[in-house]
Amino acid sequence: MTEPTIYELSSPGRTGVRFPEPDVPLTHLPQSLMREQLPLPELSEMDVIRHFTHLSSLNYCIDGGLYPLGSCTMKYNPKINEETARLEGFAYTHPLQPEVTIQGNLALMYDLQETLKEVAGFAAVTLQPAAGAQGEFTGVMIIRDYHRSRGDAKRTKILIPDSAHGTNPATSAMSGFEVVALPSDARGNVDLAKLREVCDDTVAGLMLTNPNTLGIFDENVVEVINIVHQAGGLVYGDGANLNALLGIVRPGDLGIDIMHFNLHKTFSTPHGGGGPGSGPVGVAAHLADFLPTPLVGILEKATADLPPLYGFIKPPKSIGRVKSFFGQFGMFVRAYTYIRMHGPEGLRKVSEYAVLNANYLLAKLGDAYHLPYKRTCMHEFVVEGCWPDIPDVHALDIAKRLMDYKFHPPTNYFPLIVHEALMVEPTETESKQSLDAFAEALLAIAKEARETPELLKEAPHDTPIGRLDEVKAAKELVLCCWLPEEN
Amino acid sequence: MFIPHTPSETEEMLRKIGVKSIEDLFKDVPQKYRFPKLNLPEGLTEMEALAEMHEYASSNETVKGLLSFLGAGAYHHYIPAGVDSLLRRAEFYTAYTPYQPEVAQGTLQAIFEFQTLIANLTGMQVSNASHYDGATATAEAGVMAYHNFRGKRPGILLSSAVNPQYREVVCSYLCGYENINIQTLGGDFTLPGNPDDLAAHVDAETALVVVQYPDFFGRIFDLTSFAQKVHEKGALLAVVTNPIALGLLKTPGEMGADIVVGEGQPLGIPLSYGGPYLGFFATKKEFARKISGRLVGETTDAQGRRGYVLTLTAREQHIRREKSTSNICTNQGLMALAATIYLSLVGKSGLKQVANLCFQKAHYAADVLGQIPGFSVLSDAPFFHEFILKCPRSVDAVNAHLLERDIIGGYDLGKDCEALVNHMLICVTEMTSKDDIDYLASILEEVSHD
Repeated sequence: MTEPTIYELSSPGRTGVRFPEPDVPLTHLPQSLMREQLPLPELSEMDVIRHFTHLSSLNYCIDGGLYPLGSCTMKYNPKINEETARLEGFAYTHPLQPEVTIQGNLALMYDLQETLKEVAGFAAVTLQPAAGAQGEFTGVMIIRDYHRSRGDAKRTKILIPDSAHGTNPATSAMSGFEVVALPSDARGNVDLAKLREVCDDTVAGLMLTNPNTLGIFDENVVEVINIVHQAGGLVYGDGANLNALLGIVRPGDLGIDIMHFNLHKTFSTPHGGGGPGSGPVGVAAHLADFLPTPLVGILEKATADLPPLYGFIKPPKSIGRVKSFFGQFGMFVRAYTYIRMHGPEGLRKVSEYAVLNANYLLAKLGDAYHLPYKRTCMHEFVVEGCWPDIPDVHALDIAKRLMDYKFHPPTNYFPLIVHEALMVEPTETESKQSLDAFAEALLAIAKEARETPELLKEAPHDTPIGRLDEVKAAKELVLCCWLPEEN
Repeated sequence: MFIPHTPSETEEMLRKIGVKSIEDLFKDVPQKYRFPKLNLPEGLTEMEALAEMHEYASSNETVKGLLSFLGAGAYHHYIPAGVDSLLRRAEFYTAYTPYQPEVAQGTLQAIFEFQTLIANLTGMQVSNASHYDGATATAEAGVMAYHNFRGKRPGILLSSAVNPQYREVVCSYLCGYENINIQTLGGDFTLPGNPDDLAAHVDAETALVVVQYPDFFGRIFDLTSFAQKVHEKGALLAVVTNPIALGLLKTPGEMGADIVVGEGQPLGIPLSYGGPYLGFFATKKEFARKISGRLVGETTDAQGRRGYVLTLTAREQHIRREKSTSNICTNQGLMALAATIYLSLVGKSGLKQVANLCFQKAHYAADVLGQIPGFSVLSDAPFFHEFILKCPRSVDAVNAHLLERDIIGGYDLGKDCEALVNHMLICVTEMTSKDDIDYLASILEEVSHD
């Protein structure tokens, strides 16, 4: 099943795409500035099409089956999104065109900003951040500049619950903050006593994921937020798990000051094998002046005859620019198409059924797999992928064996606070039949774990390739294709 | 639509869970805030949604409908049909980050090939799996250099001939680092000159010098002697580059760059109003373990079959948390795939052709436009596909006139640099014909006579 690399397929002298000859008089580029060799492959168009078609067949994808990665929200990506994002009026616009020539894009961005504000209860939204992690970075810089603007230089710490996504501590550290980990209590909530103990005038903020990575909604969320606010800190909400909350509760209403959205999770833009994502950030009114520049605003209000004139505005205390231009525009079109098709009832239904599906699956699996926190879950849940009576079988083995049953495994070994974690997020777009089949596979594997554990240990058997030697990859560090001599 | 449950299935599922209604699943949410009414317009059918999106799209002018001479970081190039045809394969675009290599070899091998293509194009030894865009890739070069010297060299020197948006992002990313000292050199009041002029500012405090090649103004300077001077002071050199230009030009690697970054959008990615684009990041093998972001490495399975995995993951946020080299998680996977397919399709001869067409047409344009009374071309150094055109009036006024004649004029350089008021940056690619250039010239003649 091994597919040769594009360089192994190369045949010197072959051409895929040709271009016209120059239609202008020729100029001479000094030889001293020119490269001698250009080691790119040489293939025909069909060589290339076949190669990547073969490669694609080695991938598992949502269109092929259930993809229950916890905290990743692998929901169905509607096909219409791919059509709207490619409309010529969007795809062929240059980011530096004069504002008057680009009113459609600006109107769409403005409407998306307004929609996200309404959905999550914020006063202002920037669409610029490229992904969730960059949204977090934007948020943490806003926290930093907010305190600085008040002359409050003592606040050097960011509190992060031990159940948080790894990006939270990484972001805080790269923004110059000291990270203080907060333990969870016996019910999986933030430990309030510990929170009170560490909250003082050196705390810049708390990064809170709610529902958290255990899939649990923190019952004390309002109190958690109050404690941080009373100490003068701000609360950052990690929006990775927003798929549980649409029309259920608005994070801004709970008192969260800043939150990033993941358009590629909650709002159905495709994950693309690892991006592009899109991580807009919403803030409460007292932080609106700090948003990255530029934002889309209305420069001239609509009149009886004319639509409004949209343009860019610069928030007065802006943290600056976090990427080129205005964000992942193609993702805005996809997400907005999705939002417009749902409307307010449709969005609430998304979260209701995401939570229904997760709880249904949990109910089916609860007897066979140990659930560390026995509570109603939100859109995802975490079970232990191990049993005390068969210590040799690990979460990894279960994950790999699921591939033989033609399912993608859940997220494993995360969150770190659960032993041998398997983190399952089915999403609302899976049917009851699909969930039943997945549950049956997991129940069958639980049985195999006792009766024929070698089936798990040696899994997967039925994939294009077996378990790969990761130690060798890191040690030998081959990061590029072998090149034929003539290059 | 996208939620398949029938009422009887929903009932059955609720019974299995042991609750009466879906609402009962949300009791942990404070009642006061539960089930807010969202003030949003009602949902649309697919047919209506498409019509609405069409309405937004048709309120724009495009570089297809008008004739555009804009570049300055985003470029209108031809995208072969095969690129989008392959990108639309759901096996690629509806897959997640390849954390489970046994069922993601397609994505992994494509990234491995991307890494190879970028390394070969830039003349470097290793490349990562991508960054968000050229600006953030440049910022990550700063982050890597700072950590490379463990903060003991706090200086980052940016040439003012680096894209101004990139410089802003470098500052946003790095301003939180201890003692960091970011300086932009040259050009506030004059057009920045040869990068060699910067060498005098490099000292024992400097971690990294960042220059652009071809620079923001399109000019090509050989960086070989400059790289030596930077290295003599023990600092690293990062070169921001345009991947299409490297179809012709000497590689930054050959000239001595330690890090090569840039915007991959010209490689088969639509303009799409500024995103999603593609940041690339290549460096020397000795820095492979210090790169941020994902890396794919080759290995074997138990049967000895060749396969690919994400490697050196211990650098990354999901393992090292606050000690990781960057917080990057999701990157620009599908855009890296687009560039991989583009470079495979155009190949060695096609990329040379595209680069040569850009170069030739831009020089023709400079010749023609420079002869119009009142206008002159400022770029005397060799340039690639962009050049500076001095105008007799404000760029706003010139561009307003051009727009009336269905032309989107060049980028207004006066916005970033006082010395360049009344100067525009003109970009010409293989998409621009001789007739287009002649038409632009004829309209600019009108401006000069007004």
